[in-house]
Amino acid sequence: MITRFLWQGMDRNLRLCVLLILAVGIALPLANLILAATNPAHVPSWVLQLFGKYLCYALLALAVDLVWGFCGILSLGHGAFFALGGYCMGMYLMRQIGTRGVYGNPILPDFMVFLNYKELPWFWHGFDHFWFAAIMVVLVPSVLAFALGWFAFRSRVTGVYLSIITQAMTFALMLAFFRNDMGLGGNNGLTDFKDILGYSVQASETRAALFFASAVALALGLIISAAVVSSRFGKALTAVRDAESRMRFLGYRVEGFKLFVFVLSAAMAGVAGALYVPQVGIINPGEFAPGNSIEAVLWVAVGGRGTLVGPIIGAVLVNFGKTWLTGALPEVWLFALGALFIVVTLLLPKGIVGLWGQMKNRSQARKARAPA
Amino acid sequence: MNAPTMRSTSALLYLSGVTVSFDGFRALNNLSLLIEPGEMRAIIGPNGAGKTTMMDVVTGKTRPDTGEVVFDGQADLTKLDEASIATLGIGRKFQKPTVFESHTVRDNLLLALAGLRSWYKLLLATPTREEDQRLDEILSIIRMEAQQHMLAARLSHGQKQWLEIGMLLAQDPKLLLVDEPVAGMTDVETETTAQVLREINKTHSVVVVEHDMSFVRALGVKVTVLHEGSMLAEGTLDQVSADPRVVEVYLGR
Amino acid sequence: MQFIRPFSVLLSVLASLALAGAAHAADLATLVGNLASGGLSEREAAITALAASGDERAAPILEALGAGQLYTRTSDKLVVIGKTDGNRLALTEAVSGKPAGNAVEADLERVRVNNRLRGTIEAAVGSLTLMSPNARTRLSAADALFKRRDATALAALDQALAAEKDPRIKRAMSEARAAIVLATADSPPAQKLAAIALVRERGDRDSLGILKTVAAASDGEVKTAATAGADSIEQTLAAWQMVQNVWYGISLGSVLLLAAIGLAITFGTMGVINMAHGEMVMLGAYTTFVVQEVIRTSAPHLFDVSLVIALPLAFLVSGAIGILIERTIIRFLYGRPLDTLLATWGLSLVLQQAVRSIFGSSNREVGAPSWMSGTFQLGQLNITYGRLWIVVFALVVFVALILLLRKTPLGLYMRAVTQNRPMASAVGIRTPRVDALTFGLGSGIAGLAGVALSQIDNVSPNLGQGYIIDSFMVVVFGGVGNLFGTLIGALTLGVVNKFLEPYAGAVLGKILVLVFIIMFIQRRPRGLFALKGRSVE
Repeated sequence: MITRFLWQGMDRNLRLCVLLILAVGIALPLANLILAATNPAHVPSWVLQLFGKYLCYALLALAVDLVWGFCGILSLGHGAFFALGGYCMGMYLMRQIGTRGVYGNPILPDFMVFLNYKELPWFWHGFDHFWFAAIMVVLVPSVLAFALGWFAFRSRVTGVYLSIITQAMTFALMLAFFRNDMGLGGNNGLTDFKDILGYSVQASETRAALFFASAVALALGLIISAAVVSSRFGKALTAVRDAESRMRFLGYRVEGFKLFVFVLSAAMAGVAGALYVPQVGIINPGEFAPGNSIEAVLWVAVGGRGTLVGPIIGAVLVNFGKTWLTGALPEVWLFALGALFIVVTLLLPKGIVGLWGQMKNRSQARKARAPA
Repeated sequence: MNAPTMRSTSALLYLSGVTVSFDGFRALNNLSLLIEPGEMRAIIGPNGAGKTTMMDVVTGKTRPDTGEVVFDGQADLTKLDEASIATLGIGRKFQKPTVFESHTVRDNLLLALAGLRSWYKLLLATPTREEDQRLDEILSIIRMEAQQHMLAARLSHGQKQWLEIGMLLAQDPKLLLVDEPVAGMTDVETETTAQVLREINKTHSVVVVEHDMSFVRALGVKVTVLHEGSMLAEGTLDQVSADPRVVEVYLGR
Repeated sequence: MQFIRPFSVLLSVLASLALAGAAHAADLATLVGNLASGGLSEREAAITALAASGDERAAPILEALGAGQLYTRTSDKLVVIGKTDGNRLALTEAVSGKPAGNAVEADLERVRVNNRLRGTIEAAVGSLTLMSPNARTRLSAADALFKRRDATALAALDQALAAEKDPRIKRAMSEARAAIVLATADSPPAQKLAAIALVRERGDRDSLGILKTVAAASDGEVKTAATAGADSIEQTLAAWQMVQNVWYGISLGSVLLLAAIGLAITFGTMGVINMAHGEMVMLGAYTTFVVQEVIRTSAPHLFDVSLVIALPLAFLVSGAIGILIERTIIRFLYGRPLDTLLATWGLSLVLQQAVRSIFGSSNREVGAPSWMSGTFQLGQLNITYGRLWIVVFALVVFVALILLLRKTPLGLYMRAVTQNRPMASAVGIRTPRVDALTFGLGSGIAGLAGVALSQIDNVSPNLGQGYIIDSFMVVVFGGVGNLFGTLIGALTLGVVNKFLEPYAGAVLGKILVLVFIIMFIQRRPRGLFALKGRSVE
């Protein structure tokens, strides 16, 4: 049943995309591990790390697109789900440090020893097991999304109100995580990781594996999203986006639809965050900053909302531009980012994918006209 | 209370003493109304008489401050939301045609088709043969087989109206509420619409809200006149047009 | 300590009585000489003598001695008072008060005092100042004595009380006396009871401390009276605490109101989500900075009116940029609120970076004019003038805006366009122009807010970001499209925030408020004072 469900979204284009992502997921790490540094096709480790980050961002963008592009819910708080997933993974990684911390405490992470904690706070228990952390990575963002969505959708909070609420949510979480007595490292966050599943996070093999895992997660996210979107559920979902009250008068309980995608999307964001943290080596409350969530929305807008490949293209392109510009001309980056927001909303409401579609249509129309 | 007496009535839709106010303004004022099964009723009245608010109350969009709204002798509509009311069998056609523009004509009908509504069943649902047959049937009734794979956004205004009627057929409600169906239509189109509504009325109860007197006359059904949120007169069109109070409301002041 | 203190007090009282006669004969210069030359015991005698002399000029000398600022110049043995002035000490002749050049510490010898001596000095200064012809000096001396409860000063205090004419000072002196009586263990109970009544009437935090000490240290009637007095003061203080929280809340609320009110116009009446609203506030603050810079360099005497000059300029700068934004970006996005949100967010990034490029990313100094600095006392409440003016200013802006909307043609057009755009356009209102002006008005008011906020917040490119979420919360909480709702919303959130702070801390309090609003919006999606009706959809 599940395979049939997953298979239903698989058209030719999607199969191509999934294969492409998996190919990148295999080729890049291999080019890093096997090829000699002198080989022109060699991929340096920093590039691998960078693109690993982009893959996680792409998964986050896909999650944002699922709610925004297909259901019309503009979430300005998906960064919070991403960060929560990241924190869950970070807590696991912290517990793996063991006695190798500065203070050498076998149970307590360094920052707790520093802050005079006598014992592990209750919510840290279980995070020494990977399976537990893996469940939490999905569960914690889902539960938060469920709680928020349950109230918001039932009270019919929509449009900008919902956007503002989600922004306030991530803002409140940021303030909370900045506090030392939250027990999650305060403004330094969680860092100085050593091992994941017994392998050093610094080792190039581990990095390659993490990159591959990110690619697999992205491909899986794409398949799931496609399955959801192309099902009859997905048809109802886009109908909700276009004319919510009409759907109600047709007898659909709109809340259920919204809640399901919102929770699914939050879980995807959580997984993205969990894969992001071991690759960048740190998670701190800055990830909750409202600006991050809005940036993720921009990736989707640039690539093309309401399409499945759009957010992936957008996330990679914008972040590539960011990496390049912040290195070359740091003071220009914010101008460029701001201008991108304006240009995309004013001139490219359907994003790059939409533009491509338009050009294709036009050339087809020209071809159709030519013989006559 | 008179709840037991009302439960025993055979009325399909029963409104009693319904009052709705918005910031002190009474949109509906102690309105009572009775629609029999199989009936077609026209509701007329000047602007602000409460016609649309009445529809909102029946479909669950607006909650009345006081009063009873009972459907099919048992369901208390004041306690239900839009989705439940729609599932009970009340369909609504808006003044402006609202179809799902990013879906094809066929998908629009599929979404309206009576049956599956819960989100988790829809995740795995594939169209059954009966559903396909029913869709083909409706497509032929509204004469849109050729456009069935076209996006609804590309339809003309008239085609959208037809599609919406097709969606109502697919929804197959017991009671159909139609809001100003002929606004902005030519005389010929108006006449056709009246025919279609009479056709639909053979199998469904219909409530039509309308301004256009010639259209109401063409329907030839019992008429209820609303004024300032209450019922002013009821009867055939000739009866109500002879009523001096109705004349006063429409022409006076 | 508790035992030693009465002893030392007794000793010095005796000493002062014994020396009183001799001191009259000796003149100031001799005594000051004794002060600087002899050993510690001679020094003490000299201090007491100076106190008994009643000479006005002795007070600053003794104060300098207590503060360790009295020196003997090594070169000429002149006794001087030295105050730090850069690396050197600026000297004044102790006896005459004339300036005596400056010196480094190595050229001087400090007149040393120990802790016991310091007590004697304080008491001596107290009794000297109590008799000062200057009313203000006497009052502050009495207040100081009340806090110190120094029994050595009792004699001087009684003398001063008898001579005092001013009822306010007389009251302060009797309170000080009461405090001393209560601090002296062996005062007769009847005196203590009277003293308790006096202290209880004073009713501030110090009084509470005194009465609590008395209640703990004594028994019988005195204990009962002191306990009752302490309880009563505690209640009054709790009430004042409440008043203080409300005041802080109103103060915070008026800041929120200033930041939100422009947003209430653009969001509330036009439905435009302007995420760059905070940057309009920031531009207002930077306009103030520029105005002050110009005044500092070219017309320093105008500094006190710098804010008054900045207000219209800030309104114009932010308003003009607002109109520019509306004409070039927002008008293409009407009916697409979510896209408007994204575009204006981008705009806010551009504006921030532009200001950062021009003015740098560090905080800019915006000074407070003299009429905005300082505090005054209202009951047990300390009110800073700056905060008071901001509250007043917020209310003035609010009232002006209401009047503008209700009484002017622009207000009429704005309301018309808000309520029914096609109709307004049909009756000949140029709706695009009204849109631009409305947006300009909202942005201009944000600029005004920036002038006020420059007084209490850091003027940096990030200034606006801190206010945008709060402002939206206020507008949404109060009810969109309802200016009075915005007022109530801002004040409520301000007060709630300040009441939560003592229990939850500032950050957690803010989080709680955010969570509260999130819950609130879900219960009442249209805010406190929602417009209800068919048209709202």
